[in-house]
Amino acid sequence: MNRTIAIVFITASISFSTSSIAGPREDLLAQYAVAAKSSGFSAERGQTLHTRNFNGGKPVTPACTSCHGSDTRAPGSTPIGKSIEAVAVSVTPSRYTDPAKVEKWFRRNCTEVLGRECTPQEKGDWLTFVMGQ
Amino acid sequence: MNIPYRPITLGLIALVFYVLLLERAMAGGGHFYTPVTDPLVKEECGSCHLAFAPSMLPARSWQHMMGNLKTHFGDDASLDADTAAKITRYLVDNAADAGERGDGGKLTRGVAGVPQRITELPKWVREHREVPDWEWRHKDVRTKANCVACHVGAAQGNYDE
Repeated sequence: MNRTIAIVFITASISFSTSSIAGPREDLLAQYAVAAKSSGFSAERGQTLHTRNFNGGKPVTPACTSCHGSDTRAPGSTPIGKSIEAVAVSVTPSRYTDPAKVEKWFRRNCTEVLGRECTPQEKGDWLTFVMGQ
Repeated sequence: MNIPYRPITLGLIALVFYVLLLERAMAGGGHFYTPVTDPLVKEECGSCHLAFAPSMLPARSWQHMMGNLKTHFGDDASLDADTAAKITRYLVDNAADAGERGDGGKLTRGVAGVPQRITELPKWVREHREVPDWEWRHKDVRTKANCVACHVGAAQGNYDE
C-alpha cells in the first residue's frame, strides 16, 4: 500500500517537474500518457495511424494524408483547396503549442477520418510521430 | 501663336484613361464585401476555407449555421460554446441585414427563408452564370466555395472579375 502511494507520488513529481521544464507539446504528451495509462508512445504507430486508410469516416477523407499529404514536411490542402501548414514540427515549429487547438483538430479530424474520436494513446503516438518529423 | 497640340492631346488621352479606370474602380465598389477583420473569426472560420464576409448572408442564416457546426456542410466544425457565441455575435453584427455595416445587403436583397449556401443565392447564381462547367471542375477551383481561385482579391473583400 505504502509502496503504491510512493510510486504514485514519484511518478507525479517526475511528470510535474518535466512539464514545468518542457514545452506545451511535452505537457500534452504527459496528459495523454496519464489518460491512456500508457507505457509509452511510439512514432512508428503514429506514422501508421497517419498513413493508413480507414473506412469508418467520410469517403473523401479515408486517411490523414488525404488532406495533409504523404510528405509530413510539405504543406497539405483542405478539400476546398486552402493550404495547410506542414504537420512536421521541424517545418512548422509553432504547431501543437496551443492544447485547445490540438484537441479541437483531433476531435474534428479523427471523426472525419476514423469515424470516431481518437484515443489518448493514438493522440500521443501521432504527436510523437510529427514531433520527430 | 503656336498651340502645343502634342502635350494637349497626350494630356487628354491620359485624362480619358483615368476616367475609365476610375469608372471601373467605382463599378468594383459594387463587388466589395467587407472582409473579416476579427482575429478569432478569421482563425476559426478561415482554417478550412476563406473566412466569408458576414455581409454575404443575413443574420438569421449565420445564427442557424453557428447552431449547427457539428454538421457544417457535411463536416464537423464544432467549437466550444464560448468561442461560438463570440463568432455568432460578430457575424450577426455585420450580417447582410445590418445596414451600412452589412454592405447594404446587396447579395441577399429580397431573399426569403434561411439560406445557408452563399453560392445558391439568386444574385450569386446570376453573377456566375457565364462560368462554364469545366472551369468549376478545374483542379485549382474544385468547388464554388473557393472564391480566391478566381477572385484573387477576395480575402481583401474585392470580388471583381
